[in-house]
Amino acid sequence: MANEAVKYVWEGAIPLQIHLHKSDVASHPAPPPALVLAPRIGYLPLLIPHIKPYFKDSLPPGEDSIWFDYKGVPLKWYIPTGVLFDLLCAEPERPWNLTIHFRGYPSNILIPCEGEDFVKWNFVNSLKEAQYIINGNCKNVMNMSQSDQEDLWTSVMNGDLDAYTKLSPKLKMATIEDDFSRKASLSSPQSRQGATEMDVAGQVKTARVPVRLYVRSINQDFENLEDVPEIDTWDDISYLNRPFEFLREEGKCFTLRNAIESLLPEFIGDKAQTSGEERSKDDDTEEADGLLREMGEIKLARIQGIEMKLEIPFSWVVNNLMNPEFYLHISVLVKAPQR
Amino acid sequence: MNSGREVIDGRLTVEGFSVAARAFADKWKTHNQSLPPWSWVPLINRTLLLSNQQEEGYLSLENILILSSLEESTEDESLNVATECSEKEEPVDHTILVQNQENEAHYYDFHIVYSASYKVPVLYFRGYCSGGQPLSLDVIKKDLPSCSVSLLLQSKWTFITQEEHPYLNRPWFKLHPCGTEDWIKLLSQSSISAGCQMPVELYLVSWFSVVGQVVGLRIPLEMLN
Repeated sequence: MANEAVKYVWEGAIPLQIHLHKSDVASHPAPPPALVLAPRIGYLPLLIPHIKPYFKDSLPPGEDSIWFDYKGVPLKWYIPTGVLFDLLCAEPERPWNLTIHFRGYPSNILIPCEGEDFVKWNFVNSLKEAQYIINGNCKNVMNMSQSDQEDLWTSVMNGDLDAYTKLSPKLKMATIEDDFSRKASLSSPQSRQGATEMDVAGQVKTARVPVRLYVRSINQDFENLEDVPEIDTWDDISYLNRPFEFLREEGKCFTLRNAIESLLPEFIGDKAQTSGEERSKDDDTEEADGLLREMGEIKLARIQGIEMKLEIPFSWVVNNLMNPEFYLHISVLVKAPQR
Repeated sequence: MNSGREVIDGRLTVEGFSVAARAFADKWKTHNQSLPPWSWVPLINRTLLLSNQQEEGYLSLENILILSSLEESTEDESLNVATECSEKEEPVDHTILVQNQENEAHYYDFHIVYSASYKVPVLYFRGYCSGGQPLSLDVIKKDLPSCSVSLLLQSKWTFITQEEHPYLNRPWFKLHPCGTEDWIKLLSQSSISAGCQMPVELYLVSWFSVVGQVVGLRIPLEMLN
């Protein structure tokens, strides 16, 4: 039985207002924008069958190669829609105004997407990578039958949490656990899937968590999110596809802040880990406020559209807010360190 | 605790990769003078102003001019590579310069990037014309040694996919060796039976001796010492 938080994640959606790019308009008058509700855990190309009917009569003749942009920035279709929204709209825009193109695919910037298979392939590969990180190998994904893999993907495409919950135990993903989640699961009847792997995982000293961090760095301080300048290009964003690693130890628990800071050592300056050591943090970041200011500051961390309190236990965040491919996507806004 | 100096289970730590990369680049420069040297590109992130204490980066070999021979010709399966003339080195010409079918020059960039998820190196590459237009995989395959390509692509060890470069926000081709840690382990066995663990400095040399062949870049045997 899925818990409340996971249901919330699967039901999350972004209202989109999709405008046809003027160079693709071959009709008069130009068609009105299409209104679509996009699942947060889904991907933009999956919406195309819902959007295209609105515009098909307006398109010039020829073959379609469909892509989206937000204020001129071509959207990376392999990033879940919710993550794109959290990252590109500092101040959430509702509905989110996007432009759709049917021609002129920017293949020097975007990898091709020629249909649902491309999106599925991207999902399965992310799943394999996540499993490799969590379990140390991806044999369970590889050994899944073709039809199970299909069904798993279909459940994600359709936002069908019940179907997904029935299938995902076949992945035998080890649970991500530290002291907090261990105590929490002892006191609640709810159990995570992957229990069979727990013994194996428990013997592993170093645990790894799949994380994708999208970092926007702003040089000046700001009062409101509306004051945050817009993104012109993806070069304004640092993408870190790097697992969070920690030692399983008695009494040890990590906050979201610990996890983000260990992935961005620039933000804790001199207290950065020594080389060769696992990135486990148990110290307080309360000291020397002045030092913090010099080093840079995490202004905002968004996961599934939620502005997270950084002191939340990280294991709770991962287990409840991860995407269906077992990755935790975090959009972070930081104020750059002053020199 | 792995200090990063050892190869364990066929995998590398990020520190080990930095060490192995520099060792590889040095050996290449010494033993492989028919090709330009690899350079180390540090990851000093534009948006994260303070540089990392541990320097992370990737290896880059760019602007390699490839002129493929016509199908009937040479028995020699290695790539016909011409060097770029630079002020520093004299051009060393080992090749039969035959224009490819399209009658234009194809250039290639190769990057060796560390994967934190899989803890192994990954080869990224791209091809382009002199005008800068990217080459499709079909065109690229014609430039690569046909025998090696079909063998390796059909094996379970490697396949080529088009993905975004982890740092450059552009589409590149990636050679994703599924079994890297397994065949590195096999290569390590021979060192172990000789009484020593594979030192991390040799990791990339061993790795490239296999992977390089897919893209037609041979390394001389001396590099493996």
